[in-house]
Amino acid sequence: METQTAGPATAAKVRRATTESPLVRWALIATGMLFIALVLVLPLISVFMEALSGGFATFFQAVGNADTWQAVRLTLLVAAIAVPLNVVFGLAAAWAVAKFDFRGKSLLVTLIDLPFSVSPVISGLIYVLLYGANGWFGPALKELDIKIIFNVTGLVLATVFVTFPFVARELIPLMQEQGRDEEEAAISLGASGWRTFWYVTLPNVAWGLLYGVLLCNARAMGEFGAVSVVSGHIRGLTNTMPLHVEILYNEYDFVGAFAVASLLAGLAIVTLVAKSLLEWRYGDRLAGGRKH
Amino acid sequence: MANRLNRLVCGGAFAIGLFAGVSAARADTTLLNVSYDPTREFYKAINEGFAAKWKAETGEDVTIEQSHGGSGKQARAVIDGLEADVVTLALAYDIDAIAQNSDLIDKDWQKRLPHNSSPYTSTIVFLVRKGNPKNIKDWPDLLKEDIQVITPNPKTSGGARWNYLAAWAYALQQSGGDEAKAKQFVGNLYSRVPVLDTGARGSTTTFAQRGLGDVLLTWENEAHLAVKQLGADKIEIVVPSASILAEPPVALVDSNVDDHETRKVAEAYLEYLYSPEAQEIAAKNFYRPTDQAVATKYKSQFPEIPLVTIADTFGGWQEAQKKHFADGGIFDQIYRPGQ
Repeated sequence: METQTAGPATAAKVRRATTESPLVRWALIATGMLFIALVLVLPLISVFMEALSGGFATFFQAVGNADTWQAVRLTLLVAAIAVPLNVVFGLAAAWAVAKFDFRGKSLLVTLIDLPFSVSPVISGLIYVLLYGANGWFGPALKELDIKIIFNVTGLVLATVFVTFPFVARELIPLMQEQGRDEEEAAISLGASGWRTFWYVTLPNVAWGLLYGVLLCNARAMGEFGAVSVVSGHIRGLTNTMPLHVEILYNEYDFVGAFAVASLLAGLAIVTLVAKSLLEWRYGDRLAGGRKH
Repeated sequence: MANRLNRLVCGGAFAIGLFAGVSAARADTTLLNVSYDPTREFYKAINEGFAAKWKAETGEDVTIEQSHGGSGKQARAVIDGLEADVVTLALAYDIDAIAQNSDLIDKDWQKRLPHNSSPYTSTIVFLVRKGNPKNIKDWPDLLKEDIQVITPNPKTSGGARWNYLAAWAYALQQSGGDEAKAKQFVGNLYSRVPVLDTGARGSTTTFAQRGLGDVLLTWENEAHLAVKQLGADKIEIVVPSASILAEPPVALVDSNVDDHETRKVAEAYLEYLYSPEAQEIAAKNFYRPTDQAVATKYKSQFPEIPLVTIADTFGGWQEAQKKHFADGGIFDQIYRPGQ
C-alpha cells in the first residue's frame, strides 16, 4: 500500500529519472511478481484448491457444520464489538494528538504503537495474568462472579488490544496534515467543541476513518495468537474461526480446515475489495491518510 | 454524518447486548471436559453415549463441551480459571499440579476412583513409514546412524513425558540399572529430534502430514488413529520389545462442580467411563480397557509386551517430574537444540 498508483505521466517521469536499462527494470519487476506469486498468490490458491478437493458437496458439508457456524458467528461478534470500541478510541486519541499540545503526547503516540511491536501471545498472556483465577484481579472477579478469561469477554479484550493502533494510526497523520485552521475558524464563529468535532473534524477524516476500520476489522477477524491464549478452546463456545481451523486440522479433517480457512480468506478478500473500491473512488481524499 | 455515527453507536450497544446474551447462554446442564490432545474422537463418542444414558435414566438433557490441547497446557488453563467440571489428562502429575497450585481439586483425588483413577490405559509404540524402510524394530534401532525421531516436548505434553520415560526405562533395564547409561541413551535419542511440538497431535501431523522424521514415538491409541485416518498404505505401527504402562487419569474439579451445581452428573460421567459400554468405546478407540471382560474380548488388538509402571520404576509422578522434567532436570541437561 506504499506504492502510489502511477498514471502514464508519472511512469514517464520514472523512466527519465532512472538510468537503469530496461533489462534491469524488468528483472526487478519479475522478481517482485515472482515473490508475490510464491508467497501470496500460490498459498491462497492452494487454500481454495484444498477446500474444494473433495468436491462442492464436501465443502458445503464442512462449512454447514454447527461448530463451524458458531465459530463464524463468534468471529463476527468479536469483530463487531472490538472494531467500534477501537473507532471511538482511535478518534479520541487521534483528535487529542493532532489538535492539542499536551505533556506526554509523544509517550501516548508510542504507546498506541505498542500492540504492533508486542507478540500477540504476550498480548493474550497479559490478560491471563491480570484476570486469570490467580491473576491480580482474579479473586475479586470470582467474588463478583464475572468471567473474563476463557470467555467471549477475554476474546474481545485480546482482540481490542491487538487491533487498537489501526484506526488511530490511520487518522493521526491525516488530522495532523489538515491542521487546526478549520476548527479554529469554527470555534471563532461560535461553535461548541462537540459541534466542531461533529461538523468539521469528523467529515474531514471520514474516509480515512473508514479505511482504518476496514484494516482493523480484517485483523480482528484473523487474529490467532492472542485469542488462542485466552480462549480455552471449548469447541462450539469459545473457538473463533482461526482457532477452529487449527482444531479441524488437528482432527485430520483437512478438507474442513481448508474450507473454514477459505471462508476466512473470503472475508479478508471482501475487505480488500472494499478497500480497493474506496481507493479507486476516493483516491485523492484517502491519499492523506496513507502517508506514514 | 451525525446520523451515521449514531447508528454506529447503536450498533455497538446492540453488539454488546448480544454478547452479554452469549455469555449467559449456558444450557441447563452442561459439563466441560478439559482433556489432552489425542482424546478428541474418543470423548466425542463417550459424550454421545453418556448423554443418551443420562437422558434415559433421569430425563435430563446434558451437553458435554470439550477442550483439547497439550496436557500440561490444559492443566495450566484450569489453574488460570478455565472452568472445567472434569479433567481427563494424560498423566497424574498434571492433575496433581492443579490440586497443588489451586484449591480446585481435593489432594486425594487419585484414590477416589478405581485403578488410580485411570479408566483406560495405553502404552507407547512407534509409528514408521510404510514398509518400515529404515528397519526400526526396537528402542536401540532409534539410535542407528541417520534416524530422525519425532516426539513432542516433555515440558508441555503428557504423551511426550511417557515417551521419554519409556525410553529411559528400556535403557535402564538393558544396562542393569546404570543411570549414566540411561541418560546417555535418552540424550542420544533427543539429539535426533528435529522438531519438538507442544502436543502429541502436533507431532503426529508433523510426522504423517508434513513427512518429517523416520519414526514417531506416540500413544498406542494415537498411532492406531493415525493409521485409520491417514491410511495403512502410508504408515505402520511397530511395537517395541518393552514399553511403559501409561495411565491417563480423570478427576472431578470439586470447586467448579460445586459452583456449577453439577457434581452429581459429573460424578456419573466419570463413573460411566468404567462401565462396560464405555470400556467398549475405549477399546474401539484403541485405549486398553481396564474392565477384564472387555479387555479379553479385544485381546488381539493389544499386543502383550512387558510394561513397566511409573510407580515401580520411577517412584511415582512427583519423583519422576522432579528428577527429569523440572527446570534444570535431566531433560534440560540432555536436550540441546541445534547440536
